[in-house]
This record gives sequence, C-alpha cells and structure tokens, in this order.
Amino acid sequence: MATAPTKKTAAKPTTKAATKSAAAGRLGVPKTYKLYLGGKFPRSESGRSFAFADANGEFLANVSQASRKDARDSVQAARKAQGGWAKATAYNRGQVLYRIAEVLDGRRDQFVAELVATGSTARAAEAEVEAAIATWIFHAGFADKYSQVIGSTNPVAAPYFNFSLPEATGVVALVAPQQAGWSLRGIAAVVAPAIVSGNTVVLVASELNPLTAISFAEVLATSDVPGGVVNILTGFVEELAPGLAAHMDVNAIDLAGVEDTTLARDLEATGAENLKRVTRPRTFAPRHVGELNEIVRFTELKTVWHPIGV
Amino acid sequence: MATKPSSTSAAAQAAATQPAATKRPAPPKTTRGKAGPNRWDYAPALESTKILQLKDRYELFIDGAWVKPTSKQYFQTVSPSTLKPLAEVAQGSAKDVDKAVAAARRAFENDWSKRSGAERGRFLFRIARILQQRAREFAVLESLDGGKPIKESRDVDVPLAAAHFFYYAGWADKLEYAFPGQKVRPLGVAGQVIPWNFPLMMLAWKVAPALAAGNTVVLKPAETTPLTALLFCEVLEQAGLPAGVVNIVTGDGTTGAAVVGHPDVDKVAFTGSTAVGKQIARAVAGTDKKVTLELGGKAANIVFDDAPLDQAVEGIVNGIYFNQGHVCCAGSRLFVQESAYDAVISKLKRRMETLRIGDPLDKNTDVGAINSKAQLERITTLVNAGVEEGAEIWQPACDLPKKGYFFRPTIFTGVSQSHRIAQEEIFGPVLSVLTFRTPAEAIEKANNTPYGLSAGVWTDKGSRILSMVSKLKAGVVWANTFNRFDPASPFGGYQESGYGREGGLQGLAPYLHIEKA
Repeated sequence: MATAPTKKTAAKPTTKAATKSAAAGRLGVPKTYKLYLGGKFPRSESGRSFAFADANGEFLANVSQASRKDARDSVQAARKAQGGWAKATAYNRGQVLYRIAEVLDGRRDQFVAELVATGSTARAAEAEVEAAIATWIFHAGFADKYSQVIGSTNPVAAPYFNFSLPEATGVVALVAPQQAGWSLRGIAAVVAPAIVSGNTVVLVASELNPLTAISFAEVLATSDVPGGVVNILTGFVEELAPGLAAHMDVNAIDLAGVEDTTLARDLEATGAENLKRVTRPRTFAPRHVGELNEIVRFTELKTVWHPIGV
Repeated sequence: MATKPSSTSAAAQAAATQPAATKRPAPPKTTRGKAGPNRWDYAPALESTKILQLKDRYELFIDGAWVKPTSKQYFQTVSPSTLKPLAEVAQGSAKDVDKAVAAARRAFENDWSKRSGAERGRFLFRIARILQQRAREFAVLESLDGGKPIKESRDVDVPLAAAHFFYYAGWADKLEYAFPGQKVRPLGVAGQVIPWNFPLMMLAWKVAPALAAGNTVVLKPAETTPLTALLFCEVLEQAGLPAGVVNIVTGDGTTGAAVVGHPDVDKVAFTGSTAVGKQIARAVAGTDKKVTLELGGKAANIVFDDAPLDQAVEGIVNGIYFNQGHVCCAGSRLFVQESAYDAVISKLKRRMETLRIGDPLDKNTDVGAINSKAQLERITTLVNAGVEEGAEIWQPACDLPKKGYFFRPTIFTGVSQSHRIAQEEIFGPVLSVLTFRTPAEAIEKANNTPYGLSAGVWTDKGSRILSMVSKLKAGVVWANTFNRFDPASPFGGYQESGYGREGGLQGLAPYLHIEKA
C-alpha cells in the first residue's frame, strides 16, 4: 500500500484490494505487516505468518503470527520502558498522546482505505478514524488532570499531612476489542487509558483486522512514543493471551476483546497467580470516547503520611 | 503475669469441656539480651472483665435474629493468653450462608436501597455512637478473644472502628460529591471475610462503606476472633438497623468460601493472607462480582543516617511489635543505612529491653499473646528457618507467661535478601534487619518483594522523602512515622498485597457501580 487509494476508489472496495494500488497501471509496493515490539518492527521469532484476506476473500497481506516467545519478549520490552515512561511528566505524556492524534489525523486517508479494504463502508471508516482521533485527544488532555480528580488530601485526626495520588500499575496486557467497526478506535479505547498514566502495554491485536493495528504502530513509531511503551502483537488471542495472563511480570490484563467466556474465565483465574488487576470482557458503547474509570483501573493509589511538627 | 481474668459463667462452664491444653512449640535457640537498668517493673494493672456479659453460646445473626446453625455444630473460641474457652460459636454452613445472603438480598431490595442516603447515614451515626458508648466492653473483649494488649484495643482498634462508622456515615448522603460527573449506584449484597488481627476494626472497615454506599452485608468473622463481631450484633439491635441489612455468619474457612462463592453475592471484600486472596481471585473469575483484596505484606522500613534516630527507633518498634506483629502492613524488614547501623541497633536493643510482654488485659503490656497456636507455630517455624539460614537472632531478656501463646520480640541481623525471613510474611514480632548504602540500593532492596502494601522512610531531608515515596512500590508510605491509620486515609496494596482501597473517599468506589453520567 505504497500510495493510499483515493476516496473515490475507497468507496468501492469491491473493485480493488488495498494492497493493489488504485493508481492506474502502476504496480504497487505492498507492505510487509510485522509485529511492533520495543519500538521496532520485527517478524515473529517463530517465522510464522498467515494470509489475510479482504472483505471479498481476496488476498490482502501476510500477517506475522506472533508466538508466545514474542509475547514474552514484548513484556520484557514493556517492562524496560515502564520506569522511564512513568517518570515522564504528566504534561509530557499528554504531549506525546496528542502527537499520536496529530500523526493519525495526517494519515486519515490511509486508514480509511485500509478499513474499507477490510470490510468497512467508507462512511463508517471515516467515522471510525475520527472517533479514534477523538479518543487520543480525550486522553491526551486527561494526562495531567486525572490524578487531580482521583487523588486527594485526607483530613486525618492527628497532626499529619496525608495525601493520596494514583500511580501507574506497571505492565498491562491488552486484548483489543473484536467489535466490528472498532479495529482502529478499539486500539485507542484500550491503549490510551492504560498508557496515559504511565503504564506500558502489550496489545494483542484484533483478529478481525490485524493490519490496522500494525499500520497504527507506524503512527506510534513516528509520534514520540518511546519504544516499548506500546507493543503490538498480531496473531491469535487463544494462543497469546494465556501466556500473558500467566506472566509474572505483567501487572494487569484487560480482557476487552476476549469473546469466548470460558477462555475469559480461565485467563482471569490464571491472572490470579500474581493478583493481576483484571478488567473483564466488555462491549464499548457506540459513543464511547473515554471514561475516567478506564484510566483509574490501571492505577494504584498511593497514600503518604508525614508528621506536621516544628 | 498470667493473672486470670474474672471468668464469666460461660468461661467457667466451658473450661470443664475444654480439650487438653495444647503444647506450645519449642522456642528457638537465641542470643538473649541482659535485663539492664532500663528495665522497669510495674505492678500489674489489670483491666477488669466484669464489664462483659458473654453468652455461653452464640448463634448466627441472620435477618435480624439469632439463628441456630443448620449443621448444629459449634466450636469454642479460646483466649490465647490463658487458653480458657470464652464461648461456643456456631459453625455456619453453606446453607446458613444461603439464608444470610437471601436475607441480605431481601433487605437490599425492599428496604436499604429504598432509603435515602441521609437515613442510611443516620443509622451509621447511631452505630458509631453506640460503639463509643460501649467502647470499654469491646476493648476488653477484643483483648480477651484475640490476645492484643488492652492499651491497643482501647486506644486504637475500638476508637478507629467507631471513627470509621462516623466517617462513612457522613458519606451516605453525599455520594454525588464523591464521584462528580459520574453516576453511582450500590452493587447489592456484599460478602465480606475478615481476619483475626483487628477483628472489630476490620469489621468497621468493611461494613461502614458498604452500608453507606447502599449495599447490604453478609460478614464472616475470623474463626479465632468471632466475639466482637457477635457483640456488634447487639449494637445493630440497639441502633435499630433493619433486619437483614447486616448478617454475621461465623465459621471456618469453608464458611468464608461459601460467602465468597455464593452466586447472589455482588461484591466480595476480603482481608487476609495472599494465598487465600489468590484463591478468591480464582473463585470469582468469570463472574460479575466486584472484588477488593487486602492481603499480606513485607514492608520495608528504611532509616537513613540523617534521620532523628530516637524517633526512628520508636517507629521501628511500633512498626513491628505493635499488635505482636500481626499486622499486614508491619515494618518487618528494617533497612538501615550502613553509617547509622551501630547506633540504630544499639538503641533498638535498649528500647526492646523495656518492652513488657504478658497479659493482654494488663494496661502496662506492650506485647500481648500470639493469636493462636497455629500462628505461634508458623512464627516459630520461620524464626527457626532464619537461624538455620545463618541470620543472627537476638531477643530481649524478658520472661514469658507460663500459659498461653507468647513469643519474644525478636531481631534478626545479618539477614540477606534471599532468606525466608526477608521474603515471607511472618506475621509475628520478628524484625529482619538489612543494610544499604545509597538511596538507589534501598529502593532496589525494598521493592524486591512480590508484596507492596506499605513502607516507611526516615530522613530529615524533605526532597529525599518525596523521591523515596515516589519510587517505593507500596500503597501506604509512612514518612518519619509508621503504622498510622485513619478512616479518611485510603489503605491498600500494590502487586500481591491485593487491590482496591479501604478508607477515604476512594474506599467508597469498591462498593459502587460507577459510570459516566
């Protein structure tokens, strides 16, 4: 997908697949979709890939099929990046998130075309890109505010100064929503509230549309997000999520897109081994942009006491 | 020491049926301090137990009435300081839990959720006041049943329990101010399981926010310390709380599991060990239950060489010997900066020689009885492991009462990070001392644990406090103090110390559905 198709052709997905350039007569240069891990784009260490078809069943691209080893490597990359990301000022994290929105906005046409190629209507694709941008902006603006909303100074009945403030939980594993029409905005819906507070994440991309997740990784890679803060794996939830749920260096897991209830239960139970903070599977409302609770659930409240004396 | 409390009729009767007193585990071999000039003897100053009117036998408190257990089984609760039985307590079964949950559900649907916040608050205010009025009774019973020194139950446990009800009473009609821009509603029935280290206080921490938020409650007190929860039912009766709003089901671990696993429980709140916390997290997997877990800890108490050392020593002692070290947030790992090591250790040992260990009902007692034989065995096992792994043990020269479960306050020096006594929660009066040179080293060692409940920092330098505070992985950090609690101050852990907070505005959240308005 070297050149983005024009809106006109994008509106008729049946004519051409996105990998084939719409520009007449030109032989396109299709992209290799790889993983996004530690700020780099490696192939799966397993060497596996699977063919991904467009809405019409035509071949679109070979997608890297991440392995459990890739998942472990991602956790390592996320852990390595976590201290620095959490230490960045809230203002700085807000700037970085806003930059994501900017870069995404600049690539609207590319994403619309890609969403259309994977089955969306042009109108829905445009709305989805817009919603994704709105989600990133919402969270960018929350970076230096949520702790004022949920933190507190506490009037204890003794001469102590006592305050509570939220901190990032640590490394969070995310299973992207598998809702139709949520391949791009679904990533924003789960990644933005987790990283805004200083967590780093490993995202298992939606199986419905892994391509968009990797194209979105290109946005991350070009918008000042430090490597390792967001890691994206394409592949299968059933293969990747159990390892992440069991990983002792993952502090929390968001099961947003786990549709199989038995698997969701097992993942939650597995996560109990190191008392992961678990967010259960859920469906996002059509108007969802962001919600304070989505941020709060991946923070830890720290309370500090100090005597007041002379 | 070991003065007998004036026995109630229940105790006297039950004494005859008490199984042969169990043997205490052998104490570890140790280096003992010598009773120096600092050791003062006090005449015994016993708190009378006459204020108590215990029943011989307690039934379950379900739907506002005392109900016999379907199992028809009872177990004895014993005073750990005298080994005398205090009363018989009902063994609640899954059927009893079912009844209690059904009562709580009815009370939720038909009564409690229909009342205004102001009215719920009034009930909580009443409860707070009655607890204050009957404070002495509760304090004596808490010390008798659990073994903690009367000065602690009198000055800490009971006042804090009353204060907790007072604090949340005021929230009941102000929930819309607690979560601006969001809609809140109660969850329904809360199933709560509490530990034996702060029986009444933990009850207050659980019940007060649950009721303020509009939920009803089924609570299971700890097996070894059920009595204050049962006495609390009298408070509920005096306060006129509608039937079924709070149900108390006594029993053992199986009863607790039935509460947690009941399909009609919407909210689970548990305080106790990390191992059980994990079981609960597994048990609720795949359900819609909201969960709060307040679990174990292995807190680092970090002393820099510029700290006010005398205050720090008081903080260290309070940190680990308060409540016999039966405190999840106890400062059980002491990190001393190398340059201050000799001074801190000598001051600490001198201070420990003055600790008075003995009858929990004696007002002079600093360290009371270990809560149960099982706990005494666990402490002994871990202390023996410390000796075997090569750490150096020291205990003050104090006499222990001949009867009852007691353990000398203990210090281990020469502890390394990998020792069991530096990694595992002992939940007893045992301090492991480690050293560090730089703040970075202190942080690295302090955070080297799967727990993350609390931590302490002692230094005169403000900027260093804030830097340490921001790097310590702990839900509560005490700077130049330790083991302070307040209803307005959120409490709870990071990592394997659990999740959710109790206390403060944030302590309401686990009892509410919160969504964007």
